Amino acid sequence: MSEANGGIRIGVYTCHCGTNIAAAVDVESLAAYAATLPDVVVSREYKYLCCDPGQDLIRQDIADKRLNRIVVAACSPHLHEHTFRGALVAGGLNPFYLQLVNIREHVAWVHEDRKEATRKAEDLLRAAVRRVARHEPLEPGRTPIHPDVLVVGGGIAGIHAALTLANAGKRIYLVEREPTIGGHMAKFDRTFPTLDCAACILTPKMSAVKAHPNITLWTYSEVTKVDGHVGNYTVKVKRWPRYVREDLCAGCMECLEACVYEEARVPDDFNLGLTKRKPIYIAFPEAVPQVPVIDPDTCIQFKSGKCKKTCIDACGERHAISFQLQEKTEEIEVGSIIVATGFQVFDARRASYYGYGVYPNVYTALEVERLVNASGPTGGEVVLRDGRAPKTVGIVHCVGSRDENTNRWCSRVCCMYSLKLAHLIKERTGAEVFNFYIDIRTPGKGFEEFYQKLLNERVHFIRGRVAEVTDWALDPTEEGKLVLRVEDTLASLVRRIPVDMVVLAVGLEPHPDAPETGRIFNISCSEEGFFLERHPKLAPVNTFTDGVFLAGCCQGPKDIPDTVAQAGAAAAEALALIDAGSVETEPNTAYVIAEVCSGCKTCIPLCPYHAVTFLDNEKKVRIDQAMCRGCGTCVAACPSGSIRQHLFEDEQIFEEIEGILAYA
Amino acid sequence: MKPKVAFYWCASCGGCEEAVVDLNEELLEVANAVDIVFWPVALDFKEKDVDSLPDGSILASFINGAVRNSHQQEMAQLLRAKSQLVVAFGICAQLGGIPGLANLTGAQGIFQEVYRDGVTPATRHRENGYPLSLPEFWDTVVALDRVIAVDYYVPGCPPTPNIIRDALHVLLGPDPPPRGTVLAPDQALCEQCPRKDTRPEKLLVKEFKRVHQVIPDQQTCLLAQGLACLGPGTRAGCNALCVRGNMPCTGCFGPTSRVRDFGAKALSAMASVIDSNEESEIARILDAVPDPVGTFYRYSLPSSLLGRRRME
Repeated sequence: MSEANGGIRIGVYTCHCGTNIAAAVDVESLAAYAATLPDVVVSREYKYLCCDPGQDLIRQDIADKRLNRIVVAACSPHLHEHTFRGALVAGGLNPFYLQLVNIREHVAWVHEDRKEATRKAEDLLRAAVRRVARHEPLEPGRTPIHPDVLVVGGGIAGIHAALTLANAGKRIYLVEREPTIGGHMAKFDRTFPTLDCAACILTPKMSAVKAHPNITLWTYSEVTKVDGHVGNYTVKVKRWPRYVREDLCAGCMECLEACVYEEARVPDDFNLGLTKRKPIYIAFPEAVPQVPVIDPDTCIQFKSGKCKKTCIDACGERHAISFQLQEKTEEIEVGSIIVATGFQVFDARRASYYGYGVYPNVYTALEVERLVNASGPTGGEVVLRDGRAPKTVGIVHCVGSRDENTNRWCSRVCCMYSLKLAHLIKERTGAEVFNFYIDIRTPGKGFEEFYQKLLNERVHFIRGRVAEVTDWALDPTEEGKLVLRVEDTLASLVRRIPVDMVVLAVGLEPHPDAPETGRIFNISCSEEGFFLERHPKLAPVNTFTDGVFLAGCCQGPKDIPDTVAQAGAAAAEALALIDAGSVETEPNTAYVIAEVCSGCKTCIPLCPYHAVTFLDNEKKVRIDQAMCRGCGTCVAACPSGSIRQHLFEDEQIFEEIEGILAYA
Repeated sequence: MKPKVAFYWCASCGGCEEAVVDLNEELLEVANAVDIVFWPVALDFKEKDVDSLPDGSILASFINGAVRNSHQQEMAQLLRAKSQLVVAFGICAQLGGIPGLANLTGAQGIFQEVYRDGVTPATRHRENGYPLSLPEFWDTVVALDRVIAVDYYVPGCPPTPNIIRDALHVLLGPDPPPRGTVLAPDQALCEQCPRKDTRPEKLLVKEFKRVHQVIPDQQTCLLAQGLACLGPGTRAGCNALCVRGNMPCTGCFGPTSRVRDFGAKALSAMASVIDSNEESEIARILDAVPDPVGTFYRYSLPSSLLGRRRME
């Protein structure tokens, strides 16, 4: 390098980022300070360094001033490290002679005192100048992308992503925890705001998944372990036994009829306990795959071993039923993963003041979805548990949403599904329907129009958070009714509204095991527990783990159109990876100084990527450079300092620390 | 004329002096080959004898012990002036050693602990009209190279005879290594450990044990038996003496040249083998190491990145 004729020559570039940085940091004085640091040949500040003229500035200085190291004080490396490395390459320098100082997220956005913030920026800059002098030229690696994709979760998000990719000719593994795909959408009757039939648009896609030659569908299965990295993930999938063999079952359902239980006695999860099922069952008639499941907790054969096994007789020559089936684990190789594990609805019992679980005529919205569903427990009739049709219905919005005591976020779909249910209930029963809301949020396409339609249908809207639901009648008109106590904030009075049926518009929550799922896929959860996207605007389906993408409500509450759009985006991201064939990898890998490794093996079990192996002949370890992801775990752990890491050499880190601590 | 050699001790236990005597008959060879001009523990030379020598007239001074008071500093500086080579002899001179654990307190703390409410030593004192002075006792113990330039280091607590012998041969030989070299192999002790092959590839520890709690198996890797053996992070050279005696390595040869902070590295390595992801269980496992500084920084606190406890 040019170091030979003039030593280390550093250029420092400070970005205003419009007012993002300049408002909180005195960039002019920061740039002037940088010019005083050792080995700094030129220091400039510029409005937007990331734009072309900003890049040109750096490129030109490299040529004019024979710079051989560049420090850029700007935003997060996540955003523009790649951009600035490009400027170095354009100027003929190795891209790894760059050090980025994040004075936006780390300084400007988190401090208010301009003077102190500027001083902190100086400290960070000084550290970077010291560090960059120790940088060495590096070459990025390349890793091939395995073309198969794992989609986790068989709701509408997973289904759409899987079909998009499969139609593009890619091989997909779709893994679903429940015995059927379909997710929450399979429970709905109509979808807002168009009121088109959910089953009519969903079930063809479910069947298409099953029939698609490129999709391997594993229901009643769960991903238990993911190893590897973008392009090369090794995934273990645990498959619970259905006790009905998918390859032999014809889906005739005669076994269900034949079960020794003449009456169904087990609460049916799919119908939220509104109906009963047998120990051998299928979630719903259109379930995919069309293969029953035996629930060993309630099946007499599993409990006592003394059943007549009439199901086996009914199955006859097909021999699809076997009580001997065991849980098994499949291992697959994929290049990318789409996580579409969905959500759970808020448990209405947590809002105890609304009486769910206490008063039989308090329902959750999902239960009412089943009641209005033509293939639901009542064939689409909205009736109370005692069979009466309700004459008055109150729908309570924001149950478990926008509430300091439960969940603070808006669940986005409840206003619209409440309007939809209000319409359907009114249509089916002619009942008087009251909506109790905090704000009506209808920002989607056709949503506001739907709200207007409901107003015209004379559905009542009362603005106020319901205080409680009670059966304590204060006058004869309230006898035998549920009374909603609410402050009507538009009329400025406290009202008591007696109704026959209360519907709680429960919000959307992350699955309780989301943190565990996150650990499996090496993705993190945001504060509320939904999976965290890489960037809320510019990388909404990416995660911080390359090759792992998000789709649907596991990333946050959203409606079906948004879910499908996101699933398509996730599929496109996976396709982009596959079509590229390989990705450039950071050269920040760990390496062993073989002569001095004592073979103590401390590093071996620590590597999350199985990149470290013990060489039996030499009694030393070796790190596979293609498999190493540069996490640095082995580097920190190597007791004799015989493992080092490119871009994180001890000398570089100590220079950085000393730079920070060397108060000017 | 035979080359002149000096030995001196600063804050040390005397073990390093003993180690020289441990050369046995070879000591006579050494004595024949060199002219010992100063060795307070064994020979009756005084400070003024050294003072009267011309600068640079001593070939090599072997100084053991950490430096913790003004007189030790003066003597180190005197020997530095008179010597062509200064060798930090033993881990106390090299890194601060066990006396360096005094950096967890200060001079006042030590006096309080040792003299309680009695008379604490004063630097200047008058007795019967005569002024008396004692060396100034420092708050902070330092390694030898913090007060004078050191040419070579011989590690160990104390250095083992083979290490001393090899060091002498190298120093008196025709091709001495570059200044600043530690005169011992630059690999970790596992390299010399007779139990090396018994360490499993996936060693994870659920429970640390202390030496008084178990009688370890004599063939198996001690770390695999839950003993906090620091061999993987400690410089080789002793030929795994302690491990051969069924005791875990405590790190007296210090780190390899590639490690800046022995204790931090040892701690990091030890934490890596803990077999748990539960914070409370990890805390429970680590409770079995009641004195982390004394365990991981036993010989190197003054030369660590932090150096000492913060003075209030």
